Amino acid sequence: MYELLKDIFGNDIIAYIIGAALPLFVFILPFALFAVYLERKISAFMQDRLGPMRTGPYGLLQTIADILKLIQKEDITASETDKKFFNLAPYLVFAGSYAAFAAIPFSGMYIGSNVDVGIFFIVAISSLVVAGLLMAGWASNNKYSLLGAMRSAAQIISYEIPTVLIILTIVMVTGTLSLEKISQMQTAYFWNWMIFGGAGWGLTKFLLFPFMVVAFIIFYISSLAEVNRTPFDIPEAESELVAGYHTEYSGMKFAMFFLSEYANMFAVSAIAVTLFLGGYQSPFGYLGNTLGISWLIPIEQLFWFTSKGIFFVTIQMWLRWTLPRLRVDQLMAVCWKYLIPYAFVNLIIVGIITLL
Amino acid sequence: MAIKTEEMVLNMGPQHPSTHGVLRLELILEGELIVDVKPHVGYLHRCFEKHCEAMTYPQVVPYTDRMDYLSSMYNNFGYAVAVERLLGIEVPERVEYIRVIMGELQRIASHLVAIGTYGLDIGAFTPFLYCFRDRERILSLFEMTCGARLLYNYIWVGGLSHDLHPDFVRLTRDFLNDFKPTIKELNNLLSYNKIFIERTANVGVLPLDTAINYGMTGPNLRASGLAFDLRREDPYSIYDRFDFNIPVGEGTHGTVGDCWDRYYVRVLEMYESIRIIEQALDKLPEGDVTSAIPKRIKPPKGTIYTRVENPRGELGYFIISDGSLNPFRVKVRGPSFISLELMGELCKGHLVSDVVAVLGSIDIVLGEVDR
Repeated sequence: MYELLKDIFGNDIIAYIIGAALPLFVFILPFALFAVYLERKISAFMQDRLGPMRTGPYGLLQTIADILKLIQKEDITASETDKKFFNLAPYLVFAGSYAAFAAIPFSGMYIGSNVDVGIFFIVAISSLVVAGLLMAGWASNNKYSLLGAMRSAAQIISYEIPTVLIILTIVMVTGTLSLEKISQMQTAYFWNWMIFGGAGWGLTKFLLFPFMVVAFIIFYISSLAEVNRTPFDIPEAESELVAGYHTEYSGMKFAMFFLSEYANMFAVSAIAVTLFLGGYQSPFGYLGNTLGISWLIPIEQLFWFTSKGIFFVTIQMWLRWTLPRLRVDQLMAVCWKYLIPYAFVNLIIVGIITLL
Repeated sequence: MAIKTEEMVLNMGPQHPSTHGVLRLELILEGELIVDVKPHVGYLHRCFEKHCEAMTYPQVVPYTDRMDYLSSMYNNFGYAVAVERLLGIEVPERVEYIRVIMGELQRIASHLVAIGTYGLDIGAFTPFLYCFRDRERILSLFEMTCGARLLYNYIWVGGLSHDLHPDFVRLTRDFLNDFKPTIKELNNLLSYNKIFIERTANVGVLPLDTAINYGMTGPNLRASGLAFDLRREDPYSIYDRFDFNIPVGEGTHGTVGDCWDRYYVRVLEMYESIRIIEQALDKLPEGDVTSAIPKRIKPPKGTIYTRVENPRGELGYFIISDGSLNPFRVKVRGPSFISLELMGELCKGHLVSDVVAVLGSIDIVLGEVDR
């Protein structure tokens, strides 16, 4: 990918920038639009409704219409807000959640920026979101926003601990921080995926298997909390805090929060898929290999990656429209009393197994 | 050095997604902890009681619709019973049976809203729409009977505005048969959900003595463990002919009288309402529903207090008649207004999220609080 861009532009720096920004424009922005539509349809089908039907065939153009409407709306800034931070916050949140995609390998050929510390970069850059949320809540000068921001800061920081502990577990087994290398390790068939204990047929694989499943479940739960989805959507609990930290936002700034929420949903699913479910690897060989067409393989990989990602996004939506929401203290109890101890014990056991 | 802290005043409402109308709650918070809750009411005040003084007796009926707009049938019912007792007239059998059927259908519809919006307050969106789907069928039955879907003006003094539609009995039976499995589905989806129980059990516990001291009635009182139901204690209409149980709170998942009990008593009451409707449909006699409606309502001098078991509790009408065509005074004892007084008591020491849970569980309708 990078070489191709370098050939086209003939310049290292431009090639890097375009390479890193490409997933954003080619994939994530359209995905966010699609995910909003998907969520509305899924929730509608779960609730005996039809969902959007009027704009375009089966309401397919609904999100585009929504975005056009939001762009046209007046961008209200209340007089008592801290304008500098109020205006900065949505961009920070947006940047934090979209920057994560730069390091995610979409296929063997298609990775924004193939850094060696990919997973480390993602963990670091997604913490930027917390600063943005806190800024939005404080600068809005609204009590609901403040409460929402406080909750989300507490929640995201707490749930980062089990997430990082699980990432550490994977890093310990694979011995690398590069998401590209982690994906390559899980090649060929689905039993080589990390959730099944990784490649190879040694004793370690069978010992690792149950602990990897536990790790995956913990990772998925805490990633739900990190993106503020039900049952952990307390920062924007609409029945309590109106809209939480983005109560005061309107127009395109609100759309920024909205799009970054949907981008985040895919980001955490993508990370879960990369770490545990083979990343972009096909579960059973490639058509390109069988037919001997080598350019087909990256396309197939992109297909597998997005399908797996969207599968987990759909599960998030399913949970969202089924479960009630936890209370703020119960949320903390789930994290500190259950997830962190289990993740920690899991880490130690996996460490012992890898030593064997 | 101690950090200086301040209490925060948070105005919840009058425009807020879960104050169930236009209620303003003044929350005094310490962080997220509730120090005090002060409800401010009156945003929907429409001078119901004063208006009644300028109306003739039958003209009051549509006004009663607009009090508790989720149980309009029952408001009509209570008023009709009160004026009939003042007049000392009997109504035909068929009218009594239809009134009971309508009243109990209204109770189911009202509880469905209470349950659905309670799920919404806790954060579960889907059960809300399932509840509204079923409520829609009840509203269709009402629409078929009297033409209105929310404010019926159906139960008149001495009779009813219209007789039943020929298909009413069959469609009601169909609805009840479809509805019984739906309650089970609702229970599996919401009532027994672990997160839902965590959010509602042991929250906003209302001990029986406090409940009695505050004058709580209806499901809120029964959830605290006392089987007090006016349909049994002080029978009006023909409720003494039906066989039904009075569900009480048992503290299944926490303490007796917590939010979960208040919620679940309503679920169980829907089963009892179904039983009453089925019995009434079986015995429904033939007859004329408008024959006993007096041409001119002019009660003798006197006063009357009648109370009926509204879906939310005791709905009392106190009517003073000075012997003219207009009532001298109509005073309403509404269950929601009295339940709302408990907010401060129930919320103290809980978190902001619990205010929503408690408010939803006492199930108020602001139209009736403000009147």
